[in-house]
Amino acid sequence: MSNQRESGTGETTYREAIRAAIREAMLEDPRVFLMGEDVGRYGGCYAVSKGLYEEFGPERVRDTPLSESVFVGAGIGAALGGMRPIVEVMSINFSLLCMDQIVNNAATIQHMSGGQFNIPLVIRMATGAGLQLAAQHSHSLEVLYAHIPGIRVVAPATLEDARGMLATALEDPDPVLIFEHAGLYNRPGQIAADAGAVDIDRAVVRRKGEDVTLITYGGSLYKTLDAAAALAEQGIHAEVIDLRSLRPLDEATLLDSVRRTQRAVVVDEGWRSGSLAAEVMARISEQAFYDLDAPLARVCSEEVPIPYAKHMEQAALPQTETIINTVKKCFGDRND
Amino acid sequence: MTTVTPISQAHALELLQGMVRIRRFEEKCAELYSAMKIRGFLHLYIGEEAIAVGVMQALRPEDSVAATYREHGHALARGLSMGSVMAEMYGKLEGCCRGRGGSMHLFDAATRFFGGSAIVAGGIPLSVGLALADKMQERANVNACFFGEGAAAEGEFHESINLATLWKLPVLFLCENNRYAMGTALERSESETDIHLKAQSYGLKSEVVDGMDVIAVEQAAQRACDAIRNGEGPYFLEFTTYRFRPHSMFDPELYREKAEVQAWKEKDPIKLFSQKLLADGLISDTDISRIEAKVQDEITAAVEYAEAGQWEAVEDLQRYVYSERGHHE
Ligand SMILES: Cc1ncc(C[n+]2csc(CCOP(=O)(O)OP(=O)(O)O)c2C)c(N)n1
Repeated sequence: MSNQRESGTGETTYREAIRAAIREAMLEDPRVFLMGEDVGRYGGCYAVSKGLYEEFGPERVRDTPLSESVFVGAGIGAALGGMRPIVEVMSINFSLLCMDQIVNNAATIQHMSGGQFNIPLVIRMATGAGLQLAAQHSHSLEVLYAHIPGIRVVAPATLEDARGMLATALEDPDPVLIFEHAGLYNRPGQIAADAGAVDIDRAVVRRKGEDVTLITYGGSLYKTLDAAAALAEQGIHAEVIDLRSLRPLDEATLLDSVRRTQRAVVVDEGWRSGSLAAEVMARISEQAFYDLDAPLARVCSEEVPIPYAKHMEQAALPQTETIINTVKKCFGDRND
Repeated sequence: MTTVTPISQAHALELLQGMVRIRRFEEKCAELYSAMKIRGFLHLYIGEEAIAVGVMQALRPEDSVAATYREHGHALARGLSMGSVMAEMYGKLEGCCRGRGGSMHLFDAATRFFGGSAIVAGGIPLSVGLALADKMQERANVNACFFGEGAAAEGEFHESINLATLWKLPVLFLCENNRYAMGTALERSESETDIHLKAQSYGLKSEVVDGMDVIAVEQAAQRACDAIRNGEGPYFLEFTTYRFRPHSMFDPELYREKAEVQAWKEKDPIKLFSQKLLADGLISDTDISRIEAKVQDEITAAVEYAEAGQWEAVEDLQRYVYSERGHHE
């Protein structure tokens, strides 16, 4: 049992699955190291790296000063220098302090150098709301990064993906950003004893259905699955797609589903304006417009900085009820 | 000027040629800019050549170099071929970066030249990371990082020096203090204008060096590299220097007096160095003419190379965004 816990299989949590993935990568490849604020002695601000400092020591689990720009930049440099760094940024809000390094260096050096250099770097960070952490710790800004050519952006929603995306990301020759939804860290579950690397290229159908396609990712997956279950009881069979990769988007999986169901609702914890949802909808309209039986719809966060008070925070976020109601509207409000 | 030059004739000629090469190359670039062969931003290094040439003497092939958008001199001194740099400025496929980078983004894997960054201070963390990789892999390399004094106002400068010193990383910080960040004089942007002192406050070795004296630069760089290779951690060198030309080709130079520019031109590193070598009897006028002729030939060949170069096929636009495995959209 404790063995299983260490390997992040069997009965585990999202947090433990990520930790197991980091541990495994560090055991397998001496070039891999973890670097970030309080990842070591403190054990990680979300306790993801707890115990790794004790196991691997301060050289490979490096506590950095509060200097997002230089430690992300140093991750880029270390990757150029032959290492396989995993850089943890405490939260996506703080990643704005190192956005320069990500956007201006990590994403561009391969291109600016005419293909001479590539940057095998993984950056992990927590995203999303739901923990009452208010407006500087709760935002879903993934779309800012999904906008940028030259990096890959993934969002594990399931325990299997939390366990398996890191290894694939480390294999990737290019920078990969992994967005871990803060609300998922405690999520318990079972994963197979042989769970391992998973692809980071494809979206996955998490629930089959033929009436409408619900497209989501990260922390919103479970609300969406709950909505689909509730809708099924009312006779609407929703297919639920987990994007998994936010850049590149797996259009084939989306379009295949939408062409069958002829309706689509996108659920995205980001704000509606300029959202990832907007991009998904645009691609569907560009390529499957004539297959649609209803206007595309989306459920996003309300356009306010995420409030602290619980009821207000919840009111700002996509909720199962909202998803259900939005889906029903695609069927001409027939249940209203 | 009474001291005898402490170097051999061959080395003196090498240093002189290194500086003349950069000077004449950039003069040609300015001309080609006016002729619209080179476009975009063009930042000339003229006046500061002693720094790149002096520092490179102390570096080895395994070391890394990162620089700014004012990096033609560094690239040439590091060993990129003049043709590949010129072709890059033309935007040609034969350029060191296939024309994807241009004047501000020269890269070269063979000489471990990591750009070419146009974000002030943005390249410094890269050197810190390259140094971290060296340290973790137990390689006694030096990671040289050039930046202007304007970078000292950016957070990345401070974050980088702190981290490199804290972790004892083999970084050679090289501040080219030419007194102006675009049009902003140092006194107008820094409460403490002694940059080397700022660096020193982080606890690393730090010196101010006359950046117009190529030998002083070389010696300081050698000292610094010895200390770094010896495992003593990072080292900071601030070079006093001056850019003789405008910030870029778009700069009307409203912010400084002609007399000031003139006064600095008296300290021209090439002029001073050749005068000294002549006075010491180490070289003759013929040597200088020979260098000039050789450099002219190299430039002519570089321009011909660039002119004859090809434009990359537009069908290749999407390349070099991700490593080529066909996984991108
Ligand atoms: C982050 C950032 N801010 C502003 C600029 C615009 N800019 C380009 S060069 C420059 C001056 C930099 O001066 P310095 O670092 O002293 O280098 P120098 O040009 O004198 O070599 C400025 C402000 C920039 N490129 N990057």
